[in-house]
Amino acid sequence: MAGISGRMSTVIKAKISKMLDRAEDPGETLEYSYQKQIELLQNVKKGIADVVTSKKRLQLQSQKLEQSVVKLDTQARQALSAGNEELARAALERKQLAQSELQGLDQQVKELEGQQASLTENEKRLRAKIEAFRTKKEVIKAQYSAAEAQVKISEAATGVGEEMADVGLAMQRAVDKTENMRARASAVEELEKAGTFEDLTQLGSGSDDIDRQLHELTSSGAVDDEMAKMRAELGSGGADKTPAIEAPAEATAETEESR
Amino acid sequence: MIVRISTEDQFELSDDHAERLNELDNAIVDAVAAGNEDTFKKLFDEMLSLVRDDGTVLADDDLRDSEVILPPPDLSFAEAGEEFQGDGLIPD
Repeated sequence: MAGISGRMSTVIKAKISKMLDRAEDPGETLEYSYQKQIELLQNVKKGIADVVTSKKRLQLQSQKLEQSVVKLDTQARQALSAGNEELARAALERKQLAQSELQGLDQQVKELEGQQASLTENEKRLRAKIEAFRTKKEVIKAQYSAAEAQVKISEAATGVGEEMADVGLAMQRAVDKTENMRARASAVEELEKAGTFEDLTQLGSGSDDIDRQLHELTSSGAVDDEMAKMRAELGSGGADKTPAIEAPAEATAETEESR
Repeated sequence: MIVRISTEDQFELSDDHAERLNELDNAIVDAVAAGNEDTFKKLFDEMLSLVRDDGTVLADDDLRDSEVILPPPDLSFAEAGEEFQGDGLIPD
């Protein structure tokens, strides 16, 4: 059991030796390695900032969708109590779509939080190794002859180089994942732009193109169930019932008042 | 022996663990070759747990390099096909 194989290790070793081969003079090698390390550290910081930006964007979208869910629910109740079943159905279909998008977004926000935490750990570790390397670099330059220094540099640079390669890998994986999420966030934005979660009363009752697509997207069984539930709640509305029914009854009351 | 879990940390392990690690490595190669994803997941998790639970985390400013580098914990089965083949991560 000597040495390592595996693609991961091979790639890392190749990167380190490339870095060491850049300069002939040990002093130069040291400075060059150190420069590279500092550059990478800056990149990691940028990478973390990117993850935070993506996370904030998703959180903002998530908030908007939450508002849409509440709005569409209220509209469905209004429509149903006014006897407009078709409009109520359209609102519920949109609500369902918004809810499923919301679940996806929340999951992604969690994933990004995890990535942010682990990249921050990576950054901390790399920073500690670079600092150790910096100290060692000065010792090597002061105390060793050129030939001896070469060996010592190699040792120190391999350790820190491995960390650098690993941070690079962690960043690459984070970027890949964030890109996938961006695609999803854009898809939600498209739906928003198309007015999917907009005020239904301005669109008229479910007859436009969006509605036809929504019929296909949402399972009508779930919409039927929610309609039935809502109908039952509205039917018993006004009376003093459990808190679960109270909220919609209030919403209806408010609507009546505002008219 | 120093083992790195990619994107995670470096750990120091005793030689007994090295042997167990090698066994797991070979078993994973077999599972991947057989296209058995469930077995791969189970064994890979066991491999990671072995290193995390029985190893000691290396200090952040320790500049020693790793003898074995394990792939990242979120490795997909497709990626595993590239890592775990032939002798696996650890040559026999």
